[in-house]
Amino acid sequence: MRNTIQQLLNGIFIGSIYALFGLGYTLVFGLLDVLNLAHSEVFMLGAVVAYSLVALHHVPFLLAVPLGIAAGGLLGLVIEFVALRPLRRRGAPPIAALISTIGLALILVALIEQAKRGGALSWLWRDGANDVQFPAGKVPDRIWHLAGLTLPVNKVAIVVITVALMGVLAYVMAKTPAGRAVRAVAENPRAAQLLGVNVDRVITITLVASSALAALAGILFALALNDISPYIGRDQVELRGLAVIVLGGMGSIPGTFIGGFTLGLLESITILTLGTDVRAVGFVALFVMLILRPSGLLGRPATERV
Amino acid sequence: MAFLTQLLFHPFTWYHAHQLLAGQMGVDGLLALSIWLTLYSGQLTLANAGFMAIGAYSSVILTGGTTSSGPAAAGVHLPLPVAMLIGVVLAAVVALLIGLPVLRLKGVFLAIATLGFGEALRFGLILNLGITGKGQGLNNPHATLTSGIMPIWLSLAILAFLAWRLTGTKTGHAWAAIREDQLAAAAQGIDVARYKMVAFVLGAMVAAFAGALGAHLSFLIDSNDYTFTQAIDMLIWAVVGGIAFVIGPIVGAVLLTILPEVLRFTQDYRQVINGVILIAIVLFRPDGLFTRRSGTGQSGWFVRRWVTVRRRWPSRRPQPAPP
Repeated sequence: MRNTIQQLLNGIFIGSIYALFGLGYTLVFGLLDVLNLAHSEVFMLGAVVAYSLVALHHVPFLLAVPLGIAAGGLLGLVIEFVALRPLRRRGAPPIAALISTIGLALILVALIEQAKRGGALSWLWRDGANDVQFPAGKVPDRIWHLAGLTLPVNKVAIVVITVALMGVLAYVMAKTPAGRAVRAVAENPRAAQLLGVNVDRVITITLVASSALAALAGILFALALNDISPYIGRDQVELRGLAVIVLGGMGSIPGTFIGGFTLGLLESITILTLGTDVRAVGFVALFVMLILRPSGLLGRPATERV
Repeated sequence: MAFLTQLLFHPFTWYHAHQLLAGQMGVDGLLALSIWLTLYSGQLTLANAGFMAIGAYSSVILTGGTTSSGPAAAGVHLPLPVAMLIGVVLAAVVALLIGLPVLRLKGVFLAIATLGFGEALRFGLILNLGITGKGQGLNNPHATLTSGIMPIWLSLAILAFLAWRLTGTKTGHAWAAIREDQLAAAAQGIDVARYKMVAFVLGAMVAAFAGALGAHLSFLIDSNDYTFTQAIDMLIWAVVGGIAFVIGPIVGAVLLTILPEVLRFTQDYRQVINGVILIAIVLFRPDGLFTRRSGTGQSGWFVRRWVTVRRRWPSRRPQPAPP
């Protein structure tokens, strides 16, 4: 019983990271109908930047987090100006942007995995394709014990941060002028432009926010699992993020929230009942969901896209 | 550079030095052909890595492949062509079953669902079944290696020719019509669902065939060869080559398979260069290397790039009226 509860708790911890990651995916998809496949590499780079600040440059962890998020935001600008805006200018179909973000993702992973000791990027990463961990004692690692359950403080913090951010984002989207502008552009960019919305600026800001969220998710993932490598984006969250946004309904913020926790819990339940590799769960869930209800749990009925 | 000069001026010497690479190029060409079939009919499906795995695993298991704990299927030793045929038929059956629900989806949703199928197949079945070696991979003592290369290129040539002839038939015209505008195609009386299914199943069969051929170029097959990344690679070849003609994706596959060898001097930064090429192609040659000249008289990519550039975005399809 205790084991069961512990596993379910772990599902919630990891689910909140999935939700946080899926949030950025879904923001961009809701706005542009573009699947930004460089998103998972922003996640990876957020973790790498935080790690390098803490381990190589001896910056306190609590300062490294905002710096890592800022780096993610900058990368969002790169995605917008290199991979998305030029294509939008030409009216390319969303599939073209999918390809250009794949190109960007390839470049980012290759740059990090080739960064070795003494190389040009050694200030950022020195371990090539290897996994590293935060040095002991440099990051919060206290553990609460409550009724026989293990509650690492940082994992509890992750859930709190995710829930708070979801609330803030839902509020911003629903109630503020900025959120209204985003929804207007998502609905119809040309009409929004005619009504005085600066469409390019809205898209740029959304990309920056989405990428900052991905970087934060990456940092929290690195903290929770204590595992950082050039491949954490590609192997751990890229496809799970897709599962999350499909489960929740593409473009829906509350849906992503639910989708993230659902996937985390589904994985926990699979470990409990089958004890096998959990990676299949997300794909089976995704596949079944798309067939039964393509619009997801909370999405609008899927209109024709592409 | 030595690689290139040798390829251009001493092709036979080159072939003897790089036989396995030549085989891989042919297999990649077949895979590109398989994804072209669905792309040509306007569907972005990424399930071909999964079908490739079906073909590869079936053909290896049935010809007497072994897991780390003995033969995968004891007592089964079929000749390679028969085993490949079974793999291809199996892939066709699976494609038919998967396609029934999945092909109703469009665009990105179709891409994600088919991707989900491929990864669920890999993580759910291949990594857990005893017969596939539970993720340890399979040993393939009956690999044909270099003797398999000529059949690969021969079948690529034949299949490419058939696919090219297919574009001129009723089926090919139906695919093109569906790609350009599905609603209009349906209004013309084209059975959209059936033609989509034909493209999907044919694509799956070619992918399984390529998977089986590719598996026999090596003594070991590993589920890591049939991942998301492999599916994306096929898509990249098709995008670089362009989907207007069947030759486009094949040339894209051959070029991008050979590129790392040509770019040996860049050593570890090959993926960076791949990424740059990909972005450059999408930005400057959005329809790929091989494009059809449009019927307007003033065709060519230059005009499309510099004159009609600001047309489509941000206009959209008409939105449904709010209830």
